[in-house]
Amino acid sequence: MKLKTTMIAAAAAIALSLPGLAAAKEITTIGVSIPAPTHGWAQGMNWHAKQAKKRLELAYPGLKIILELASDPSDQANDLEDMVSVHKIDGLVILPFESEPLTDPVLRVKKTGAFITVVDRGLSQPGIEDIYVAGNNPELGTISANYIKGRLNNKGDIVVLRGIPTTIDDERVAAFLEGIKGTNIKVLDMKHANWNRDDGFEVMQDFLARFPKIDAVWAQDDDIAIGVMEAVKQAKREKDMFIVGGAGMKGIIKRVMDGDPLIPVDVLYPPAMIATAMDVTVARFMSNGPVSGRYILGSPLITKENAKSYYFPDSPF
Amino acid sequence: MTELVRSMTTAMRFDFDFKTYGPFLALLALIILGTLVNPAFVSEANMTNMLTRSAFIGIIAVGATFVITAGGIDLSVGSMAAFIAGIMIIIMNTLLGTLGVGWLTILTGMALSVVIGFAAGMINGLVTTRGKIEAFIVTLGTMGIYRSLVTYFADGGTLSLDFSIREIYRPIYYDAVLGIPYPVLAFALVAVAGYVVLNKTRFGRHCFAIGSNEHVAKYSAIHVNRVKTLTYVLQGICVSIATIIYVPRLGSASASTGVLWELEAIAAVIIGGTVLKGGYGRIWGTVVGAIMLTMIGNILNLTDAISNYLNGTVQGAIIIVAVLLQRGNWRRKK
Repeated sequence: MKLKTTMIAAAAAIALSLPGLAAAKEITTIGVSIPAPTHGWAQGMNWHAKQAKKRLELAYPGLKIILELASDPSDQANDLEDMVSVHKIDGLVILPFESEPLTDPVLRVKKTGAFITVVDRGLSQPGIEDIYVAGNNPELGTISANYIKGRLNNKGDIVVLRGIPTTIDDERVAAFLEGIKGTNIKVLDMKHANWNRDDGFEVMQDFLARFPKIDAVWAQDDDIAIGVMEAVKQAKREKDMFIVGGAGMKGIIKRVMDGDPLIPVDVLYPPAMIATAMDVTVARFMSNGPVSGRYILGSPLITKENAKSYYFPDSPF
Repeated sequence: MTELVRSMTTAMRFDFDFKTYGPFLALLALIILGTLVNPAFVSEANMTNMLTRSAFIGIIAVGATFVITAGGIDLSVGSMAAFIAGIMIIIMNTLLGTLGVGWLTILTGMALSVVIGFAAGMINGLVTTRGKIEAFIVTLGTMGIYRSLVTYFADGGTLSLDFSIREIYRPIYYDAVLGIPYPVLAFALVAVAGYVVLNKTRFGRHCFAIGSNEHVAKYSAIHVNRVKTLTYVLQGICVSIATIIYVPRLGSASASTGVLWELEAIAAVIIGGTVLKGGYGRIWGTVVGAIMLTMIGNILNLTDAISNYLNGTVQGAIIIVAVLLQRGNWRRKK
């Protein structure tokens, strides 16, 4: 009895492994390398990457996706080396931690013949990537500026909370300042709140102690906006101002949807862009349509009317 | 130590005692600087905000004073705070269904927080003493464990306290009794308790002795392992108290909660005059150190004279000067 069971099991194992062997050459392996979640937006991006991996692997049996989270740029460079040597990837989707230090490692992956997709943060050398997928940082600044200009009739005092000091933050702020140029909107001060709730709360408390009149707050990011909101409520000044965040966090979108006067709008900078990048990269191997090129996703203004289509209650972000 | 005290009392009788009053002097200088930078600095609202903010690091740093005085170090406090906050939120959200929206749920959450803090401290202490592993390595390990556990529980996202329960819990951070916000009150109570335990009890004296020389302490019939373990337990309980007042502030915990709190707590302890290699500790100094650290950030937010990118430079310079004030040989030569 026992021997029989073993034999059946062995036969089953061989039978199962045979098609696997036959198909081994046709398996497409895609490496996805993204930063580990350090702030809210990155958490959302991680969630969407995992969802996309599940969905794509289910849709294409011959597809294997290797998802690696990196905690810093050198860790990410190591991940890339492993992806090439251990997993022999056919395609790479990467959201670089930083542009400069990862340009060369990505170039080395490219030289193995892999198809390269770069997300959000561009590399510092042009022409390496086959596909570039990104949100539009300057547009996020411009759209926010336009909304604040309109609401304040080109006149008023505002404060700005900046993110982690990076190119992304610089691009957004530069476009925002360009957007309000020529109006009578005065930026009282700008401080870094590092895309973080606690920092947003503390920086806003200090702004409130410092400036008796604030008409609007450009928080740039939804995590910062949540901290700002609590500080404004604590000072009981929620009637005096409104807050404009950015990203598309579900809690903030819910408030926009419900018509919270403190958070009337939000500006999208979708963490789901990683899923877009994975989709088009897989399409390169699974579809006959051409995919190479640059995909710049819009940063639309989310208002009470359209909020519903940007609301993902299941996402952790 | 005794030699220093003697030399101070005899030859330097008329000199200013920088070693004792250094931190207070630095604090005074910061307050003057803050007022000059922006008169809003001394406003009641700003002072209240700042003291309330300093309570987290302050309470944790009181615990750290014990650990460091006894010659140990605890690097896990920041991620422990995030971990406890995460568990508290999960438990309170779960209990909503059975215990309902009310103080019972919150009190259960608080009690659980203390239990976890106690257990986490016990683990750090026992592994350090029984396992004979350097505290630096043990707590570096638990630091990584707690940080990744909170990320796991939050599924890489943010854990948020249910809105209904948060409305009830909120006053613990935002309300005040007799004009003193609850967090400040908690900070003061913890500091007074810490002062009494460190300076007026046998346990406190044993901490000093072990930090000065562990072998001598052992031969003096001090239960070295027990005392050292207890310092980590006290540290864990302090972290849980800090978390209890942190959770109602924003009602959320994530992988980025409490990042670098361990270094801020250690910095507060050292600015306050406690010796990093152990043997001497001062609770009042720690309190001043914690307030100073928060004050530096506050002052930098109140001015646009300094580039945002240089915040770290200013903070670093002030920390070094503050410690230099009390360590350097500023007194006249004999």
